[in-house]
Amino acid sequence: MISYAECSARERLALLLDPSSFHEWLPPSERITSPHLAQLGVPCAFDDGVAVGRAMLDGRSVFVAAQEGAFMGGGVGEVHGAKLVGLLQRALRDRPAAVLLLAESGGVRLHEANAGLIAVSEVMRALLDVRAAGIPVLVLIGGANGCFGGMGIVARCADYIVMSDVGRLAMSGPEVIEASHGVDEFDSRDRALVWRTTGGKHRWLTGDCDALVEDDVAAFRAAAIAAIGESRPLTLAALEQEHALLTARLHALPALPVDSAGSDEAMRLWSALGIPDAERVPELSVEAVRALRTI
Amino acid sequence: MQWSSLVTQLFGPYHGMREDGDFLQGEVIFEGEPLTVIGTTNHAPIGVQLALAQARVILDTVTQHPGRPILLLIDTQGQQLRRRDELLGINRAMAHLGASIDLARRRGHRVIGLVYDQALSGGFITSGLIADACYALPDAEIRVMRIPAMARVTKLPEEKLTALSQSNPVFAPGVQNYVAMGGVRALWQGDLQACLREALAPAPTDDRRARDGAERGGRQLAAAVVQRVLDAA
Repeated sequence: MISYAECSARERLALLLDPSSFHEWLPPSERITSPHLAQLGVPCAFDDGVAVGRAMLDGRSVFVAAQEGAFMGGGVGEVHGAKLVGLLQRALRDRPAAVLLLAESGGVRLHEANAGLIAVSEVMRALLDVRAAGIPVLVLIGGANGCFGGMGIVARCADYIVMSDVGRLAMSGPEVIEASHGVDEFDSRDRALVWRTTGGKHRWLTGDCDALVEDDVAAFRAAAIAAIGESRPLTLAALEQEHALLTARLHALPALPVDSAGSDEAMRLWSALGIPDAERVPELSVEAVRALRTI
Repeated sequence: MQWSSLVTQLFGPYHGMREDGDFLQGEVIFEGEPLTVIGTTNHAPIGVQLALAQARVILDTVTQHPGRPILLLIDTQGQQLRRRDELLGINRAMAHLGASIDLARRRGHRVIGLVYDQALSGGFITSGLIADACYALPDAEIRVMRIPAMARVTKLPEEKLTALSQSNPVFAPGVQNYVAMGGVRALWQGDLQACLREALAPAPTDDRRARDGAERGGRQLAAAVVQRVLDAA
Protein backbone atom coordinates (compact mmCIF):
# COMPACT_ATOMS: atom_id res chain seq x y z
CA MET A 1 0.00 0.00 0.00
CA ILE A 2 1.46 3.36 -1.09
CA SER A 3 0.07 6.49 0.55
CA TYR A 4 -1.49 8.77 -2.05
CA ALA A 5 -1.21 11.70 0.35
CA GLU A 6 2.54 11.30 0.68
CA CYS A 7 3.23 11.06 -3.06
CA SER A 8 4.27 14.02 -5.17
CA ALA A 9 2.12 14.90 -8.18
CA ARG A 10 4.49 13.13 -10.54
CA GLU A 11 4.69 10.03 -8.35
CA ARG A 12 0.91 9.84 -8.44
CA LEU A 13 0.93 10.06 -12.24
CA ALA A 14 3.55 7.33 -12.46
CA LEU A 15 1.71 4.97 -10.11
CA LEU A 16 -1.92 5.68 -10.96
CA LEU A 17 -1.79 5.54 -14.77
CA ASP A 18 -0.74 2.58 -16.90
CA PRO A 19 3.06 2.13 -16.55
CA SER A 20 5.13 4.66 -18.53
CA SER A 21 2.05 5.86 -20.40
CA PHE A 22 2.08 9.49 -19.25
CA HIS A 23 3.15 11.84 -22.03
CA GLU A 24 3.52 15.36 -20.70
CA TRP A 25 2.73 18.56 -22.55
CA LEU A 26 4.84 21.58 -21.63
CA PRO A 27 7.16 19.48 -19.43
CA PRO A 28 9.61 21.12 -16.99
CA SER A 29 12.32 21.04 -19.68
CA GLU A 30 10.37 23.78 -21.47
CA ARG A 31 10.68 25.93 -18.34
CA ILE A 32 7.34 27.70 -18.57
CA THR A 33 7.36 29.57 -15.28
CA SER A 34 5.37 32.31 -13.62
CA PRO A 35 6.69 35.76 -14.57
CA HIS A 36 4.91 37.23 -11.56
CA LEU A 37 6.73 35.08 -9.01
CA ALA A 38 9.98 36.03 -10.74
CA GLN A 39 9.11 39.71 -10.37
CA LEU A 40 8.49 39.17 -6.68
CA GLY A 41 11.77 37.34 -6.28
CA VAL A 42 9.93 34.18 -5.20
CA PRO A 43 11.31 30.81 -6.41
CA CYS A 44 9.57 29.42 -9.51
CA ALA A 45 8.83 25.86 -10.60
CA PHE A 46 9.56 24.80 -14.18
CA ASP A 47 6.05 23.36 -14.43
CA ASP A 48 4.36 26.14 -12.37
CA GLY A 49 3.06 23.48 -10.01
CA VAL A 50 1.02 21.36 -12.40
CA ALA A 51 1.77 18.56 -14.87
CA VAL A 52 -0.60 18.04 -17.81
CA GLY A 53 -0.64 15.46 -20.60
CA ARG A 54 -2.17 12.34 -22.06
CA ALA A 55 -1.91 8.80 -20.75
CA MET A 56 -3.55 5.41 -20.69
CA LEU A 57 -5.74 4.20 -17.84
CA ASP A 58 -6.60 0.52 -17.95
CA GLY A 59 -5.86 0.63 -21.67
CA ARG A 60 -8.05 3.65 -22.39
CA SER A 61 -6.86 7.04 -23.54
CA VAL A 62 -7.26 9.75 -20.92
CA PHE A 63 -6.06 13.30 -20.44
CA VAL A 64 -4.72 14.09 -17.01
CA ALA A 65 -3.55 16.98 -14.83
CA ALA A 66 -1.83 16.70 -11.46
CA GLN A 67 -1.34 19.65 -9.12
CA GLU A 68 1.76 19.68 -6.93
CA GLY A 69 0.84 20.63 -3.38
CA ALA A 70 4.46 21.10 -2.38
CA PHE A 71 4.77 24.10 -4.72
CA MET A 72 2.84 27.07 -3.29
CA GLY A 73 0.19 24.75 -1.91
CA GLY A 74 -0.97 23.89 -5.41
CA GLY A 75 -2.14 27.50 -5.81
CA VAL A 76 -3.49 28.49 -9.21
CA GLY A 77 -1.60 31.28 -10.93
CA GLU A 78 -1.79 32.54 -14.51
CA VAL A 79 0.38 29.83 -16.10
CA HIS A 80 -0.84 26.99 -13.87
CA GLY A 81 -4.46 27.86 -14.69
CA ALA A 82 -3.76 28.24 -18.41
CA LYS A 83 -2.20 24.76 -18.50
CA LEU A 84 -5.43 23.34 -17.03
CA VAL A 85 -7.55 25.32 -19.50
CA GLY A 86 -5.36 24.15 -22.40
CA LEU A 87 -5.76 20.53 -21.32
CA LEU A 88 -9.54 20.86 -21.08
CA GLN A 89 -9.83 22.63 -24.44
CA ARG A 90 -7.67 19.94 -25.99
CA ALA A 91 -9.95 17.29 -24.49
CA LEU A 92 -12.90 19.01 -26.14
CA ARG A 93 -11.05 18.80 -29.46
CA ASP A 94 -9.51 15.31 -29.19
CA ARG A 95 -12.20 13.55 -27.12
CA PRO A 96 -10.33 11.20 -24.77
CA ALA A 97 -12.33 8.63 -22.77
CA ALA A 98 -12.08 10.86 -19.70
CA VAL A 99 -10.19 13.72 -18.11
CA LEU A 100 -8.58 13.10 -14.71
CA LEU A 101 -7.78 15.97 -12.41
CA LEU A 102 -5.53 15.01 -9.50
CA ALA A 103 -6.45 18.07 -7.48
CA GLU A 104 -4.35 19.39 -4.63
CA SER A 105 -4.73 23.10 -4.18
CA GLY A 106 -5.38 25.89 -1.72
CA GLY A 107 -7.18 27.71 -4.54
CA VAL A 108 -6.04 30.98 -6.04
CA ARG A 109 -2.30 31.65 -5.65
CA LEU A 110 -2.23 34.82 -3.61
CA HIS A 111 1.06 36.06 -5.10
CA GLU A 112 -0.72 36.63 -8.40
CA ALA A 113 -4.24 36.64 -7.07
CA ASN A 114 -6.04 38.71 -9.70
CA ALA A 115 -4.78 36.54 -12.56
CA GLY A 116 -5.39 33.40 -10.51
CA LEU A 117 -9.02 34.33 -9.82
CA ILE A 118 -9.76 34.84 -13.50
CA ALA A 119 -7.81 31.67 -14.33
CA VAL A 120 -9.90 29.55 -11.94
CA SER A 121 -13.08 30.85 -13.57
CA GLU A 122 -11.63 30.00 -16.99
CA VAL A 123 -10.90 26.47 -15.73
CA MET A 124 -14.50 26.20 -14.53
CA ARG A 125 -15.90 27.32 -17.89
CA ALA A 126 -13.60 24.97 -19.83
CA LEU A 127 -14.45 22.06 -17.51
CA LEU A 128 -18.18 22.62 -17.95
CA ASP A 129 -17.64 22.65 -21.74
CA VAL A 130 -15.93 19.25 -21.54
CA ARG A 131 -18.64 17.87 -19.30
CA ALA A 132 -21.36 19.19 -21.61
CA ALA A 133 -19.66 17.38 -24.49
CA GLY A 134 -20.21 14.09 -22.66
CA ILE A 135 -16.55 13.56 -21.75
CA PRO A 136 -16.45 12.68 -18.05
CA VAL A 137 -14.19 14.78 -15.82
CA LEU A 138 -13.03 12.85 -12.75
CA VAL A 139 -11.48 14.64 -9.79
CA LEU A 140 -9.24 12.78 -7.33
CA ILE A 141 -8.72 14.35 -3.91
CA GLY A 142 -6.32 12.92 -1.36
CA GLY A 143 -3.32 15.23 -1.13
CA ALA A 144 -2.13 16.69 2.16
CA ASN A 145 -3.17 20.21 1.12
CA GLY A 146 -6.72 19.20 0.28
CA CYS A 147 -8.82 20.89 -2.41
CA PHE A 148 -9.89 24.38 -1.38
CA GLY A 149 -10.98 27.79 -2.60
CA GLY A 150 -11.84 28.09 -6.26
CA MET A 151 -10.58 24.56 -6.87
CA GLY A 152 -13.14 23.29 -4.36
CA ILE A 153 -15.81 24.80 -6.63
CA VAL A 154 -14.14 23.46 -9.77
CA ALA A 155 -14.12 19.96 -8.27
CA ARG A 156 -17.87 20.11 -7.67
CA CYS A 157 -18.39 21.13 -11.32
CA ALA A 158 -16.93 17.77 -12.41
CA ASP A 159 -18.84 14.56 -13.19
CA TYR A 160 -17.32 12.46 -10.44
CA ILE A 161 -15.18 12.90 -7.30
CA VAL A 162 -13.02 10.26 -5.65
CA MET A 163 -11.76 11.09 -2.14
CA SER A 164 -9.73 9.32 0.49
CA ASP A 165 -10.65 9.65 4.14
CA VAL A 166 -7.60 11.89 4.68
CA GLY A 167 -8.60 14.08 1.75
CA ARG A 168 -10.34 17.40 2.37
CA LEU A 169 -12.73 19.28 0.11
CA ALA A 170 -14.10 22.70 0.99
CA MET A 171 -14.03 26.38 0.17
CA SER A 172 -12.31 28.45 2.86
CA GLY A 173 -9.59 26.80 4.94
CA PRO A 174 -10.11 26.54 8.71
CA GLU A 175 -7.24 28.99 9.35
CA VAL A 176 -8.96 31.63 7.22
CA ILE A 177 -12.27 31.17 9.02
CA GLU A 178 -10.59 31.23 12.42
CA ALA A 179 -8.72 34.42 11.48
CA SER A 180 -11.97 36.00 10.35
CA HIS A 181 -14.42 34.94 13.08
CA GLY A 182 -12.30 33.63 15.91
CA VAL A 183 -11.33 30.31 17.41
CA ASP A 184 -14.84 29.69 18.75
CA GLU A 185 -16.15 29.70 15.18
CA PHE A 186 -13.56 27.25 13.88
CA ASP A 187 -10.58 25.96 15.86
CA SER A 188 -8.17 25.19 13.02
CA ARG A 189 -5.93 23.13 15.34
CA ASP A 190 -8.76 20.76 16.24
CA ARG A 191 -7.94 18.17 13.61
CA ALA A 192 -10.94 15.98 14.36
CA LEU A 193 -13.25 18.97 13.90
CA VAL A 194 -11.50 19.95 10.66
CA TRP A 195 -12.00 16.45 9.24
CA ARG A 196 -15.60 16.21 10.43
CA THR A 197 -16.26 19.46 8.56
CA THR A 198 -14.28 18.96 5.34
CA GLY A 199 -12.86 15.40 5.28
CA GLY A 200 -13.53 12.47 3.00
CA LYS A 201 -15.90 10.61 5.30
CA HIS A 202 -18.12 13.67 5.73
CA ARG A 203 -18.14 14.37 1.99
CA TRP A 204 -19.02 10.73 1.33
CA LEU A 205 -21.91 10.66 3.79
CA THR A 206 -23.38 13.87 2.36
CA GLY A 207 -22.92 12.73 -1.23
CA ASP A 208 -20.37 15.46 -1.99
CA CYS A 209 -17.99 12.82 -3.31
CA ASP A 210 -18.90 9.75 -5.34
CA ALA A 211 -16.32 7.27 -4.08
CA LEU A 212 -14.54 6.99 -0.73
CA VAL A 213 -11.24 5.11 -0.77
CA GLU A 214 -8.31 4.33 1.50
CA ASP A 215 -5.24 6.55 1.29
CA ASP A 216 -3.70 4.20 -1.25
CA VAL A 217 -2.64 4.95 -4.83
CA ALA A 218 -3.93 1.58 -6.02
CA ALA A 219 -7.35 2.31 -4.50
CA PHE A 220 -7.47 5.65 -6.33
CA ARG A 221 -6.52 3.89 -9.57
CA ALA A 222 -9.25 1.29 -9.15
CA ALA A 223 -11.85 3.98 -8.37
CA ALA A 224 -10.80 6.06 -11.39
CA ILE A 225 -11.04 3.02 -13.68
CA ALA A 226 -14.49 2.23 -12.32
CA ALA A 227 -15.63 5.81 -12.94
CA ILE A 228 -14.25 6.26 -16.43
CA GLY A 229 -17.68 5.95 -18.07
CA GLU A 230 -19.50 8.09 -15.51
CA SER A 231 -20.58 10.99 -17.69
CA ARG A 232 -23.31 12.94 -15.92
CA PRO A 233 -24.86 15.58 -18.16
CA LEU A 234 -25.88 18.80 -16.40
CA THR A 235 -29.45 18.94 -17.60
CA LEU A 236 -32.17 21.16 -16.18
CA ALA A 237 -33.63 18.10 -14.45
CA ALA A 238 -30.23 17.24 -12.93
CA LEU A 239 -29.82 20.79 -11.64
CA GLU A 240 -33.34 20.77 -10.16
CA GLN A 241 -32.43 17.55 -8.36
CA GLU A 242 -29.21 19.10 -7.09
CA HIS A 243 -31.16 22.14 -5.94
CA ALA A 244 -33.62 20.01 -4.02
CA LEU A 245 -30.79 18.07 -2.36
CA LEU A 246 -28.94 21.21 -1.26
CA THR A 247 -32.14 22.88 -0.06
CA ALA A 248 -33.11 19.82 1.98
CA ARG A 249 -29.63 19.71 3.50
CA LEU A 250 -29.83 23.38 4.47
CA HIS A 251 -33.15 22.73 6.22
CA ALA A 252 -31.87 19.55 7.85
CA LEU A 253 -29.42 21.60 9.87
CA PRO A 254 -31.24 24.51 11.47
CA ALA A 255 -28.94 27.10 12.98
CA LEU A 256 -28.70 26.52 16.72
CA PRO A 257 -28.91 29.20 19.36
CA VAL A 258 -25.50 30.42 20.51
CA ASP A 259 -25.78 28.72 23.92
CA SER A 260 -25.82 25.24 22.41
CA ALA A 261 -22.04 24.79 22.45
CA GLY A 262 -20.98 21.18 22.72
CA SER A 263 -23.53 19.90 20.23
CA ASP A 264 -21.57 18.80 17.20
CA GLU A 265 -23.09 20.07 13.95
CA ALA A 266 -21.47 17.44 11.73
CA MET A 267 -22.95 14.63 13.79
CA ARG A 268 -26.33 16.38 13.85
CA LEU A 269 -26.25 16.61 10.07
CA TRP A 270 -25.28 12.95 9.67
CA SER A 271 -28.10 11.94 12.01
CA ALA A 272 -30.52 14.10 10.07
CA LEU A 273 -29.43 12.25 6.93
CA GLY A 274 -30.47 9.03 8.62
CA ILE A 275 -27.03 7.70 9.46
CA PRO A 276 -27.14 5.47 12.54
CA ASP A 277 -24.74 6.03 15.45
CA ALA A 278 -23.44 9.22 13.85
CA GLU A 279 -21.13 9.87 16.79
CA ARG A 280 -19.15 6.74 15.92
CA VAL A 281 -18.37 7.79 12.33
CA PRO A 282 -14.96 9.38 13.02
CA GLU A 283 -13.57 6.16 14.54
CA LEU A 284 -14.98 3.81 11.89
CA SER A 285 -12.92 2.32 9.06
CA VAL A 286 -13.33 3.55 5.49
CA GLU A 287 -15.09 0.31 4.60
CA ALA A 288 -17.56 0.67 7.46
CA VAL A 289 -18.33 4.30 6.60
CA ARG A 290 -18.82 3.36 2.95
CA ALA A 291 -21.73 1.16 3.97
CA LEU A 292 -23.48 3.92 5.94
CA ARG A 293 -24.38 6.30 3.15
CA THR A 294 -28.11 6.97 2.79
CA ILE A 295 -28.04 9.36 -0.20
CA MET B 1 -23.41 53.24 -6.39
CA GLN B 2 -26.60 52.23 -4.52
CA TRP B 3 -28.47 49.45 -6.28
CA SER B 4 -31.72 51.42 -6.24
CA SER B 5 -30.09 54.36 -7.96
CA LEU B 6 -28.51 52.02 -10.51
CA VAL B 7 -31.74 50.23 -11.43
CA THR B 8 -33.61 53.53 -11.56
CA GLN B 9 -31.08 54.78 -14.09
CA LEU B 10 -31.36 51.55 -16.06
CA PHE B 11 -35.07 50.77 -15.84
CA GLY B 12 -36.78 53.93 -14.61
CA PRO B 13 -38.45 54.69 -11.26
CA TYR B 14 -41.05 51.88 -11.54
CA HIS B 15 -38.46 49.15 -12.00
CA GLY B 16 -40.16 46.64 -9.67
CA MET B 17 -36.92 45.28 -8.19
CA ARG B 18 -37.28 43.86 -4.67
CA GLU B 19 -34.79 43.69 -1.81
CA ASP B 20 -35.06 40.72 0.53
CA GLY B 21 -32.27 41.01 3.06
CA ASP B 22 -29.11 41.11 0.97
CA PHE B 23 -30.81 39.51 -2.02
CA LEU B 24 -32.08 41.49 -4.99
CA GLN B 25 -34.55 40.16 -7.50
CA GLY B 26 -36.84 41.43 -10.18
CA GLU B 27 -38.39 40.98 -13.57
CA VAL B 28 -37.89 44.28 -15.30
CA ILE B 29 -38.74 45.64 -18.71
CA PHE B 30 -35.84 47.08 -20.64
CA GLU B 31 -36.76 48.83 -23.89
CA GLY B 32 -39.88 46.73 -24.19
CA GLU B 33 -38.22 43.39 -23.47
CA PRO B 34 -38.42 41.45 -20.19
CA LEU B 35 -35.19 40.81 -18.30
CA THR B 36 -34.48 38.73 -15.19
CA VAL B 37 -32.34 40.61 -12.68
CA ILE B 38 -30.74 39.01 -9.63
CA GLY B 39 -28.11 40.37 -7.34
CA THR B 40 -26.81 41.04 -3.89
CA THR B 41 -26.28 44.19 -1.89
CA ASN B 42 -24.74 45.46 1.37
CA HIS B 43 -21.46 43.73 0.39
CA ALA B 44 -23.26 40.45 1.12
CA PRO B 45 -21.18 37.44 2.05
CA ILE B 46 -22.31 34.61 -0.23
CA GLY B 47 -23.18 31.56 1.82
CA VAL B 48 -25.15 28.43 0.99
CA GLN B 49 -28.51 30.16 1.35
CA LEU B 50 -27.71 33.13 -0.88
CA ALA B 51 -26.11 30.90 -3.52
CA LEU B 52 -29.26 28.75 -3.59
CA ALA B 53 -31.56 31.78 -3.72
CA GLN B 54 -29.76 33.01 -6.84
CA ALA B 55 -29.71 29.56 -8.45
CA ARG B 56 -33.47 29.25 -7.83
CA VAL B 57 -34.24 32.34 -9.89
CA ILE B 58 -31.88 31.26 -12.66
CA LEU B 59 -33.50 27.82 -12.93
CA ASP B 60 -36.99 29.35 -12.82
CA THR B 61 -36.06 31.71 -15.63
CA VAL B 62 -34.73 28.83 -17.73
CA THR B 63 -37.93 26.86 -17.11
CA GLN B 64 -40.52 29.59 -17.45
CA HIS B 65 -38.93 32.08 -19.83
CA PRO B 66 -36.65 30.31 -22.30
CA GLY B 67 -34.11 32.66 -23.81
CA ARG B 68 -34.85 35.61 -21.54
CA PRO B 69 -31.66 37.60 -20.79
CA ILE B 70 -30.34 37.63 -17.23
CA LEU B 71 -28.51 40.48 -15.52
CA LEU B 72 -26.41 39.75 -12.40
CA LEU B 73 -25.84 42.74 -10.12
CA ILE B 74 -22.76 42.13 -8.02
CA ASP B 75 -21.90 43.51 -4.60
CA THR B 76 -20.22 40.98 -2.33
CA GLN B 77 -17.46 40.75 0.23
CA GLY B 78 -16.77 37.21 -0.98
CA GLN B 79 -17.81 33.82 0.30
CA GLN B 80 -19.35 33.40 3.74
CA LEU B 81 -16.48 32.53 6.11
CA ARG B 82 -18.37 30.26 8.49
CA ARG B 83 -17.81 26.69 9.60
CA ARG B 84 -21.48 25.86 9.19
CA ASP B 85 -21.39 26.87 5.53
CA GLU B 86 -18.32 24.70 4.98
CA LEU B 87 -20.06 21.78 6.68
CA LEU B 88 -23.08 22.28 4.42
CA GLY B 89 -20.86 22.24 1.35
CA ILE B 90 -20.63 25.90 0.37
CA ASN B 91 -18.33 24.90 -2.50
CA ARG B 92 -21.07 22.61 -3.83
CA ALA B 93 -23.70 25.35 -3.53
CA MET B 94 -21.40 27.77 -5.37
CA ALA B 95 -20.73 25.18 -8.06
CA HIS B 96 -24.48 24.66 -8.37
CA LEU B 97 -25.01 28.38 -8.89
CA GLY B 98 -22.22 28.46 -11.48
CA ALA B 99 -23.58 25.38 -13.25
CA SER B 100 -27.09 26.88 -13.31
CA ILE B 101 -25.80 30.07 -14.93
CA ASP B 102 -23.77 27.96 -17.32
CA LEU B 103 -26.88 25.99 -18.27
CA ALA B 104 -28.78 29.20 -18.94
CA ARG B 105 -25.97 30.35 -21.24
CA ARG B 106 -25.97 27.04 -23.10
CA ARG B 107 -29.71 27.32 -23.61
CA GLY B 108 -29.36 30.68 -25.26
CA HIS B 109 -29.99 33.09 -22.39
CA ARG B 110 -27.63 36.03 -22.61
CA VAL B 111 -26.11 36.42 -19.12
CA ILE B 112 -24.45 39.71 -18.19
CA GLY B 113 -22.62 40.48 -14.94
CA LEU B 114 -22.24 44.00 -13.57
CA VAL B 115 -20.03 44.80 -10.59
CA TYR B 116 -21.77 47.92 -9.30
CA ASP B 117 -20.11 48.07 -5.89
CA GLN B 118 -17.53 45.45 -4.93
CA ALA B 119 -16.61 41.94 -5.96
CA LEU B 120 -14.30 39.63 -4.09
CA SER B 121 -12.98 36.14 -4.62
CA GLY B 122 -15.48 33.36 -4.02
CA GLY B 123 -18.51 35.60 -4.31
CA PHE B 124 -17.48 36.67 -7.80
CA ILE B 125 -16.30 33.42 -9.33
CA THR B 126 -19.74 31.86 -9.79
CA SER B 127 -21.52 35.08 -10.70
CA GLY B 128 -19.90 37.73 -12.90
CA LEU B 129 -16.95 35.56 -13.83
CA ILE B 130 -19.16 32.83 -15.27
CA ALA B 131 -21.47 35.17 -17.22
CA ASP B 132 -21.15 35.65 -20.97
CA ALA B 133 -19.49 38.94 -20.18
CA CYS B 134 -18.82 40.87 -17.00
CA TYR B 135 -18.78 44.64 -16.77
CA ALA B 136 -18.10 47.06 -13.92
CA LEU B 137 -18.88 50.61 -12.90
CA PRO B 138 -15.76 52.80 -12.76
CA ASP B 139 -15.98 53.37 -8.99
CA ALA B 140 -16.51 49.68 -8.19
CA GLU B 141 -13.82 47.58 -6.55
CA ILE B 142 -12.68 44.08 -7.56
CA ARG B 143 -10.04 42.23 -5.64
CA VAL B 144 -8.91 39.05 -3.96
CA MET B 145 -7.10 40.95 -1.24
CA ARG B 146 -5.69 44.39 -0.61
CA ILE B 147 -1.94 44.95 -0.78
CA PRO B 148 -1.34 45.08 3.04
CA ALA B 149 -3.10 41.72 3.48
CA MET B 150 -1.24 40.29 0.52
CA ALA B 151 2.05 41.48 2.04
CA ARG B 152 1.23 39.65 5.27
CA VAL B 153 0.24 36.41 3.56
CA THR B 154 3.11 36.33 1.07
CA LYS B 155 5.64 37.77 3.58
CA LEU B 156 6.77 40.26 0.94
CA PRO B 157 7.37 43.96 1.70
CA GLU B 158 4.32 46.14 1.13
CA GLU B 159 6.43 48.81 -0.59
CA LYS B 160 7.68 46.28 -3.11
CA LEU B 161 4.15 45.09 -3.93
CA THR B 162 2.93 48.67 -4.25
CA ALA B 163 5.76 49.54 -6.60
CA LEU B 164 5.24 46.45 -8.74
CA SER B 165 1.50 47.03 -8.91
CA GLN B 166 2.12 50.26 -10.83
CA SER B 167 3.16 48.29 -13.89
CA ASN B 168 1.65 44.81 -13.34
CA PRO B 169 -2.15 44.61 -12.92
CA VAL B 170 -1.84 41.13 -11.40
CA PHE B 171 -0.69 42.53 -8.07
CA ALA B 172 -3.23 45.19 -7.17
CA PRO B 173 -6.99 45.54 -6.76
CA GLY B 174 -8.99 47.73 -9.10
CA VAL B 175 -11.53 47.46 -11.89
CA GLN B 176 -9.11 48.93 -14.41
CA ASN B 177 -6.68 46.10 -13.71
CA TYR B 178 -9.42 43.53 -14.27
CA VAL B 179 -10.22 45.18 -17.60
CA ALA B 180 -6.53 44.98 -18.57
CA MET B 181 -6.45 41.28 -17.64
CA GLY B 182 -9.61 40.54 -19.64
CA GLY B 183 -11.67 39.53 -16.58
CA VAL B 184 -13.93 42.55 -17.09
CA ARG B 185 -14.92 43.30 -20.65
CA ALA B 186 -15.43 47.03 -20.22
CA LEU B 187 -16.43 49.74 -17.75
CA TRP B 188 -19.90 51.22 -17.97
CA GLN B 189 -19.61 54.98 -18.13
CA GLY B 190 -21.98 57.76 -19.12
CA ASP B 191 -25.26 56.48 -20.54
CA LEU B 192 -25.86 53.25 -18.60
CA GLN B 193 -28.87 52.27 -20.71
CA ALA B 194 -26.70 52.44 -23.82
CA CYS B 195 -24.11 50.25 -22.08
CA LEU B 196 -26.72 47.64 -21.17
CA ARG B 197 -28.21 47.72 -24.67
CA GLU B 198 -24.80 47.04 -26.14
CA ALA B 199 -24.07 44.25 -23.64
CA LEU B 200 -27.38 42.52 -24.44
CA ALA B 201 -26.82 42.63 -28.18
CA PRO B 202 -26.19 39.20 -29.74
CA ALA B 203 -22.50 38.32 -29.62
CA PRO B 204 -20.33 35.19 -29.59
CA THR B 205 -20.40 33.50 -26.19
CA ASP B 206 -17.00 31.80 -26.22
CA ASP B 207 -14.58 32.63 -23.41
CA ARG B 208 -12.36 35.41 -24.82
CA ARG B 209 -10.90 36.65 -21.56
CA ALA B 210 -7.42 35.20 -22.08
CA ARG B 211 -7.28 36.72 -25.58
CA ASP B 212 -8.51 40.08 -24.26
CA GLY B 213 -5.90 39.93 -21.50
CA ALA B 214 -3.15 39.37 -24.05
CA GLU B 215 -4.37 42.10 -26.42
CA ARG B 216 -4.73 44.58 -23.57
CA GLY B 217 -1.36 43.66 -22.14
CA GLY B 218 -2.62 42.84 -18.64
CA ARG B 219 -2.32 39.06 -18.80
CA GLN B 220 0.27 38.26 -21.37
CA LEU B 221 0.79 34.53 -20.91
CA ALA B 222 -2.56 32.82 -20.40
CA ALA B 223 -3.72 32.69 -24.04
CA ALA B 224 -0.27 31.70 -25.29
CA VAL B 225 0.08 28.87 -22.76
CA VAL B 226 -3.38 27.53 -23.63
CA GLN B 227 -2.37 27.53 -27.30
CA ARG B 228 0.93 25.79 -26.54
CA VAL B 229 -0.91 22.97 -24.75
CA LEU B 230 -3.25 22.65 -27.74
CA ASP B 231 -0.31 22.50 -30.14
CA ALA B 232 2.11 20.37 -28.11
CA ALA B 233 3.38 17.19 -29.74
